[in-house]
Amino acid sequence: MIRIGVDVGGTNTDAVIMNGTDVVAAVKAPTTEDVMTGVIDALKQALDQSSVGGDAIDVVMIGTTHFTNAVVQRRGLSPTAALRLGLPATAALPPMVDWPVDLRDAIGNHTYLAHGGHEFDGRKISELDHDELRGIAEDIRAKGLSSIAISSVFSPVNTEFEAEAEAVLRSILPDAHITRSCDIGRIGLLERENAAIMNACLRDLSYRVVSAFQQGLKSCGITCPFFLTQNDGTLMDAEYAERFPVLTFASGPTNSMRGAAFLSGVEEAIVVDIGGTTSDVGALHKGFPRPASVAVEVGGVRTNFRMPDVFSIGLGGGSLVQPDPYDGVSVGPQSVGYRLTKDGLCFGGTTMTTTDIIVAAGKADIGDRSKVAHLDGGLIEATRAKILEKLDLAVERSRLSPAPLPVIVVGGGSILVDDRIGDLDVVKPQHYAVANAVGAAIAQVSGETDRIYTLADTGRAEALDDAKRRALDAAVAAGARPDSIEVVDVEDVPLAYLPGNATRIRIKAVGELNV
Amino acid sequence: MSDRRPPMAGGFRLTEADLPPLAIGAALLGTGGGGNPYIGMLRTRELMRRGATVDVVPLDALDDDALVCSVGGIGAPVVGVEKIEEGEECLRALRALEETAGRDAAALIAAEIGGANSMEPMLTAAQAGIPVLDADGMGRAFPEVQMTTFFIYGCPSAPAAIADDKGNCVVFKDVVDMYWLERFARTIAVDMGAGAGFATPLMRADFLKRYAIPDTVSYALRLGRVVLDARTARRDVIASVAEASAGKVVFAGKVTDVRRELKGGFAVGEANLAGLSDWSGEVARIAIQNENLVLWRDGEVAVSVPDLIVNLELDSGEPITTEMLRYGQRLAVLALPAPDLLKTPEALAVVGPRAFGYPEITYRPLGTA
Repeated sequence: MIRIGVDVGGTNTDAVIMNGTDVVAAVKAPTTEDVMTGVIDALKQALDQSSVGGDAIDVVMIGTTHFTNAVVQRRGLSPTAALRLGLPATAALPPMVDWPVDLRDAIGNHTYLAHGGHEFDGRKISELDHDELRGIAEDIRAKGLSSIAISSVFSPVNTEFEAEAEAVLRSILPDAHITRSCDIGRIGLLERENAAIMNACLRDLSYRVVSAFQQGLKSCGITCPFFLTQNDGTLMDAEYAERFPVLTFASGPTNSMRGAAFLSGVEEAIVVDIGGTTSDVGALHKGFPRPASVAVEVGGVRTNFRMPDVFSIGLGGGSLVQPDPYDGVSVGPQSVGYRLTKDGLCFGGTTMTTTDIIVAAGKADIGDRSKVAHLDGGLIEATRAKILEKLDLAVERSRLSPAPLPVIVVGGGSILVDDRIGDLDVVKPQHYAVANAVGAAIAQVSGETDRIYTLADTGRAEALDDAKRRALDAAVAAGARPDSIEVVDVEDVPLAYLPGNATRIRIKAVGELNV
Repeated sequence: MSDRRPPMAGGFRLTEADLPPLAIGAALLGTGGGGNPYIGMLRTRELMRRGATVDVVPLDALDDDALVCSVGGIGAPVVGVEKIEEGEECLRALRALEETAGRDAAALIAAEIGGANSMEPMLTAAQAGIPVLDADGMGRAFPEVQMTTFFIYGCPSAPAAIADDKGNCVVFKDVVDMYWLERFARTIAVDMGAGAGFATPLMRADFLKRYAIPDTVSYALRLGRVVLDARTARRDVIASVAEASAGKVVFAGKVTDVRRELKGGFAVGEANLAGLSDWSGEVARIAIQNENLVLWRDGEVAVSVPDLIVNLELDSGEPITTEMLRYGQRLAVLALPAPDLLKTPEALAVVGPRAFGYPEITYRPLGTA
């Protein structure tokens, strides 16, 4: 199988071509303002490098920060109506109440509270009021909004009201993009609703981005199917990705950690991914990133996705190096980012960056070394010490125990590190600079089950076995190779006060794509 | 807003900046239960942004014959994060009691400073235009109504009131003891959707001056600030909290299994941990009934109620509630001594290990084992 992995980062767009488990081409191209030009550049270079024809490619996997960045930078977001069903309950906190004001303003702060919602035990909080919903739909139409998020109290347990409300809205707004919270999140109204609203406000952008990927691939002569990677390191096809762009959040760190594990063959380690502006540090366990246990914020908004527990510091290959009256030297968090190859000293620019220091120290051969020959030896030493100090702190935070673990260093900024961080040995696998693209290329497919069991009838072990079997079947149906599938996530939540100890079991299994 | 505000004596006005540390401190004192204060914090913040004020006053700010009401949410924490309140459930319950008594409350007090119910009296006080006392009835969180120093030391069991999101309000006129009150309130709370506002009988200030646990609002605020300051200064959060609370780290480990089921309306279960660092090679088990009740280390009881067992995320020091517990989490277990009012024989009968179904465990106050 020949596959292409692409990772669109803030600074670089990386592409790899893999034949089976071999990396046959690896390219790093600057990310462009319009994103697609950079992707096409990277793809064309990779195809040239490998002399593989576009028609020989079986599958393309793309990890992109488009959608995360759109939210973080508040750009390209559609005005969105947020409709919640639950009155009279939930009135104390309307939708988006915990959002940063600028983000709320960016999508118009159009919120609607309506009757509906369920109690924990399946009773209705109040009946759905179709006239009320039609009135809201008319108002949404009058405001010219075409993206809508619907949330309903306890919709993960009972989806009927969100479905019914969607049908009512569609009768008046047939072309609207409607996101239902039950399709995205789990129990926890605000967090699930937040994810649904963010998804809805990204729908116009997701249409443009997915179409652009389609055309971009075609222009490189690639006609095979393509997938986008999700935050859990698994794949979704183009059509699904267009409907659920929010699921790409944080896929970048997941891809680089999975790629680091694959390239190094090490499954228990700390991974440091050094980019142009930031370094992401996280722990790898059994080849997967350790998930964060607390609510994760994206662009200042709380969500309840299971994101990798990654700690970011403002240190990368483009970080600014400046004399500091107190500390001797300060490194980052400001960075020249993707302008490194124009603004960095060794590229003929006028800004001193970490890359210039490493080149001056003779530890890397990039740009024109003579342009940094004048840098003071004391400054070079102080800067390198500062870089290691920052990385050491971040690595210590991700360490599980005093047991010595290897640190896998990947990413374009890996030149900042030699052979040790603190007391730990550094592993720099081959192709370290494009680990995230490799992580995208090896991304897996998943199958999930989410059912309610009455434990009084079945017992916990039996119920778990049944749910596991269903998750495995779903993974096979999604295209996973049966012998490669393993269960990666098990969650059982009792459903309170129902007779027979009713419990909701949610299991996720992943496997290799069977192409 | 009515103007029944007494003069502030030694109290303080809560600011929006106080809310995040207060929520962290309250979650910490929640010992794993009491619900996440996040929702209550947002509700309080919304009220403040609309101009309401929350004044926190010490017990001695009130005249002896002033009446005080304890209000809070009653229900299941897992419901609380999904079915958010209408907003005035507790206020309606308070008004029902004031109407019954023919007198207004001069201040409110939290039944439990731990968890979500730390915020409920504050936002209700803001709605009612009266202050909230810097005190509570537990100094932590407990799962049942009778488990407050108010009821332990003689507060009558009626009249009490419970109100829902839909406009229902039930007043309990005659209730023979606090256990009946717990039973009735719990049953009705479940009927009301496992989330309701509850107001217990009005108490005189002189009673509270003797039997409330003092200064717990400011204590929660202080603990929360210690967590935030330690994070900012990159100090060890857990060590800083232990120092500020006279507590002790009794275990650090990784969660290897969590079991939870609902029994009689409570999340009952246990978590197992495999030791890390100083506890490498040891295992620990934590019994849960909404809150963390007992910690066993290698099979031996190390801490039990009423002392506080607090799980903190190892890296961030973030308090981890029992419903947040997941396989693979790395936790530090911090034990804090219970307030003296919870250690008397009459208190232990209500909040000691036996009251939670562990007759074989004899409570040994922290630090005396």
